[in-house]
Amino acid sequence: MSEPRQSVSLTVNEERHDVTVPNRKHLADILREDLGFTGVHVGCEHGVCGACTVRIDGAITRSCLVFGVQADGAEIETIEYLSAQSETRDLVDTFVAENALQCGFCTPGMVISAAALLAETPDPTREEVRAYLSGNYCRCTGYQAIVDAVMMTAAGRRAAKGERA
Amino acid sequence: MSKQILRAPIGQSAPRERARRFATGRGRYTDDAASLRGLHAAFVRSPIARGDILEIDCDAARDMDGVVAVLTHADIAGRYRPWRAGNALLPEMKAPEQHALPPSRVNYVGEPLAMVVATSRALAEDAAEQVFADIDPLDAVADIETALAPDSPLIHEDCGSNLCVSLTSGNGKFGADFEDADLVIEDTLDFGRHTACPLETRSMLAEYDPGSEVLTLRISHQCPHQLQAELAKILGLGQHRLRVISEDVGGAYGLKQQLYQEDVLVCLAAMQTGRPVRFVADRLEAFASDNHAREHRVSARIAVRKDGRITGFELDDLFPIGAYPQYPRTSLGEGNHVLRMSAAGYDIADFRSRLRLLFQNKALIGHYRSVGHPVACAITEHMVDRAAAALGLAPETIRLRNFLSDDSYPRETPTGVHLHYLSQHACLDRLLADMDIAALRSEQAKLRGQGICRGIGIASFVELTGTGNGFYGPGGIDVSGQDGCTLKMEPSGHVRCMPSVTDQGQGTDTGIAQIVASVLGLEVADIRVLSGDSEITPHGGGAWASRGISTGGEAAWQAAQTLREQLLLVAGHLHQRDPATLELTEGHVVDASGAQITTISEVAHICYFRHDLLPDDMPTELMVTRHAVPRAQLFQATNGIQAAYVEVDTDTGFTRLLGHWVVHDGGTLINPKLVEEQIRGGVVQGLGAALLEEIRYDEDGQLLTATMADYLVPMASDVPDIQVSHVTSGTAEGALGAKGVGEAGVAGASGAVLNAVNDALGPFGATVRQMPISPRTVLTALRAAAASATTPPFEDAP
Repeated sequence: MSEPRQSVSLTVNEERHDVTVPNRKHLADILREDLGFTGVHVGCEHGVCGACTVRIDGAITRSCLVFGVQADGAEIETIEYLSAQSETRDLVDTFVAENALQCGFCTPGMVISAAALLAETPDPTREEVRAYLSGNYCRCTGYQAIVDAVMMTAAGRRAAKGERA
Repeated sequence: MSKQILRAPIGQSAPRERARRFATGRGRYTDDAASLRGLHAAFVRSPIARGDILEIDCDAARDMDGVVAVLTHADIAGRYRPWRAGNALLPEMKAPEQHALPPSRVNYVGEPLAMVVATSRALAEDAAEQVFADIDPLDAVADIETALAPDSPLIHEDCGSNLCVSLTSGNGKFGADFEDADLVIEDTLDFGRHTACPLETRSMLAEYDPGSEVLTLRISHQCPHQLQAELAKILGLGQHRLRVISEDVGGAYGLKQQLYQEDVLVCLAAMQTGRPVRFVADRLEAFASDNHAREHRVSARIAVRKDGRITGFELDDLFPIGAYPQYPRTSLGEGNHVLRMSAAGYDIADFRSRLRLLFQNKALIGHYRSVGHPVACAITEHMVDRAAAALGLAPETIRLRNFLSDDSYPRETPTGVHLHYLSQHACLDRLLADMDIAALRSEQAKLRGQGICRGIGIASFVELTGTGNGFYGPGGIDVSGQDGCTLKMEPSGHVRCMPSVTDQGQGTDTGIAQIVASVLGLEVADIRVLSGDSEITPHGGGAWASRGISTGGEAAWQAAQTLREQLLLVAGHLHQRDPATLELTEGHVVDASGAQITTISEVAHICYFRHDLLPDDMPTELMVTRHAVPRAQLFQATNGIQAAYVEVDTDTGFTRLLGHWVVHDGGTLINPKLVEEQIRGGVVQGLGAALLEEIRYDEDGQLLTATMADYLVPMASDVPDIQVSHVTSGTAEGALGAKGVGEAGVAGASGAVLNAVNDALGPFGATVRQMPISPRTVLTALRAAAASATTPPFEDAP
C-alpha cells in the first residue's frame, strides 16, 4: 500500500508552490525536503524547542506541529525571506553583532519569535523578552546575548523613530 | 626576523562570518545537504534493558513499500571489525567487544537491533515497526549500589564483574585515618545523569563511490579526523579514501565526539546499496541512544584544623558508565578528571581518591563539556563550605586560608597535574568586588527577617584545557592532541586558512582568522577559514578540551609567521632591503619608519607569476602548514571562580536564580566577546545541571525521560544575567598565551548553585546533597531537617 498523498498549494516567501505530499508529512519537512528551505530547523518534532518556527498567515507557528495538508492555501514566511526584509534586518544585524547565536540551530526560530515580540511590544523589559522567548530553546548562548540583541534592536528602533519625528 | 607583539585584530570582538550565515537561514548542517536517489535509515531499537535475542524476523519489513534493505547482525557480520574501548595504559580496565548490531544480547533500552533503509524516513519507520524482535528478557543491572553485589547479574559475563575499572590516586593512603585534624566531616553527593542535548540531533549522510573506492561521510561531529581514522580501521578502508565532513554543527558539547553504531551502519548501507544513506536521529532516539553524562555518587571526607587549615581530603567516586565504555576515548576521562581536579587548587598535605567505573544496563555515559570538572568542583566546594560552617568561618575566608600560594608555582598537584600558575587569589578578590559581597549579605540578612530565604554560594575551580598527547596516544587511542593549520595565500594576497580544529559555534574560525590577520597585517575579511573537512585540513584533534585557540590558534600563529617571513624575504629582495627591517601592516610591506614599500598582494602576485624577477634559489612557497602540540605539560591548567545568588521558596521548594558571577583566567583573549559568550553559555548548561536536567530510568532500566518536556533544559526565563570578568596570567608554552575557555562556565556553575541553596537552607539546618536540586529535593531536605531538629544529631555524617 502506498502512502496516501494530496496536492497542496503553499505560498512560501511570496512564491507559489504546488506539491503533492504524503498526508502525514509535517510542514517543516515539506519546507525543508520538498522546497529546499533548509533554514527551517527540526529540533524536537514535538513542539517544545521552537527551532522550526515560521510565520503562517502572519502568525508565528511551529511548523513541526502542522501537517502540510493543513497549510493548503496558506502564506508562509521563513527565515530566508524574513531576514532579508527591512522590518527584520536590524534585528538580524544586531544578533550577529552581539554574537546572540553560536551553533545557529535555534537562530531562525529565535529571530522570528523575537521579531514577533518587537512587533507586539516595541519597548519590552528584559524580563518580558525572556518570558516571550521561553518557547525557543538555545543550548549554546545562555540567552543573555539574545536578550541584549532584542533590547538593542528595540532601542535602535525607538531612536530612529525619534529622529524621524 | 623579529618576533611580533600581539596586535589587532587580536583582542578585538570581531563578529563571526558563520553567525551571519546562520542568522539568515544559510547554515549548512548535515541534513541540509541534498542527495540524488538518497535513502533514509530508521532503526529497530531494544525496548528492554537486558535480554537474549532469540530471533529477528525481517521478512515482512523487507517486502514493504520503499524498503531497499533491512540489516541485522547476520547481514553485516564480517563486513566490519568490532571494537573495544580500552586504554593500553590501563590493561586491567575491562573493554568488552562492541558491535554495530548486537549478535546475541541487548544491553540497554534504545540499543540498535536492526537497520531499515528505505526511500523516505517515514517508510523506513513503517518497516521498522514490522520487524519482529523476539527477545528473552533478563534481569537488568540498573542500580549503582547493587551492581557490585556478589549475586548481581553480570552485564558482560566474559569480564567477570560489573566493575569496569578501579583507580586510586593522590599522595595519601585511601581509607586511612587523617592525622593532624581537629575535625573530620563526611558527606555524599549524588549527581544526576545528564545529556548534552544539542538542538541538532546526531545526523549523517554517507555516500560511497565504488569507482574511486571513496567513502564520504557528512556528519554532525566535532572530530572529523578521529572519525576518519576509526572508520578506516572498522571498515577496512585506507584513511585517504575516507572523507569526513562536519561543516556546520548544531551543537555538540562533547556528545558528538565519539563513534556511534549508526555511524558505522550508514557507511555499510551506503557501500552495500551504492546510494547515499542518511540518518537523522529523532528526539526520542537522541535521549535513548546519545551518550549521556555525569551521574556520580561521590563520598568525601575533609579534615580541618581549628585555624581553618585543610589538612586532608578524601574522595570516593562511584561512576556508572552504562553498558559499555564509549569508543574510542573510553569513559574514563570523566572520572579521571574528578580525581585530578578535586581540591586541586588547595594546599592539602594528604589527598587521596578512588574511582570505580561500573557497568549498567543503560545508555553509555561519555563526554559532556567540562568533563569531570563540575563534579570535582561541586564536591570540593561543598565540603569546603561545610568545613567553613563547622568552624564559623566565611566561605571566602576558608578559601583564602587554603588556596595554593601565589608564589608556589610552578608546582604539581598530588595527582600529578602540572600547574604553571593559578590566579585564584586575584580571581576571588575580583569576584567579591563584582558581586559586592557585603551589600549582598546585608540584603540577604534583611530579607531573612521578612521570611524570604536567599543564599549566596561561591565555587572555585581548576580547569584542564588544551590537552596534549599523553593519555590517548600512549594508550593506543588515535585521538590527536596535536593540531595543525594550513594557510594558502592566493595571488591576490587573500588567504585560505584550513585549521584542523573545528567550530560548532564557539567562534574558533573567527579567532583563528584574527590570529592570521594579526600576523600578516590583513583584515579578518581577507582570511577565509575552511574547517571541518578531513580531506582538506591537516590531521588534528578537532574540538575537545578547549583546544581551538590554545592549540589550534598556536598552529595558525606559527603558520602565519612562516608565511610572513616568506613574504618579507621576497619583498626585501625586490626592494633591496634587509627583511629584518620590514613589517606587514594594513595590507602593505612597510619599513622601520612605517613607510609603505609595496603591497602584500603585489608580493604574492610575484611569487606566483614573476619568477623572472627573483633569483633561482629564492623560495616562493605561499602555502604553509604548521602543527602545534603541548609538550611541556599534558594539560594547560587554569582556574576561575563563580558565585550564585538564589532565592528558595521553602513552601514549594522552587529555587529561583537571581544573579550569577564568573571570574576566569583565560590568558590572552583573542576575541573577548566570544570568550564571554562561551562562558555564559557554559554557565547556563551548568545551571541546568544544578536545577533541571536529569535522564531518569526506572528500576528495570526503562527510560523515563523521552521528550524535551521530560528532560528540562534551561529556558530564557529560567536564568539570570551573568556577569563575566577576566584575570589574565601567563602560560608555560606558546607564543599567544591563550588558554582554553570552553569548560569554565559549566565547571563552576552547579557547585555555586548548590552552595547557594545550602546557604539559603542553613538557618533551617537543612542540606541538599543531590543535583538536580528539584523542588522535591529541597522539600525532602527541609522535612528531614525538621524531623531531626528535636533530637540533635550525634555526628556530622549525612
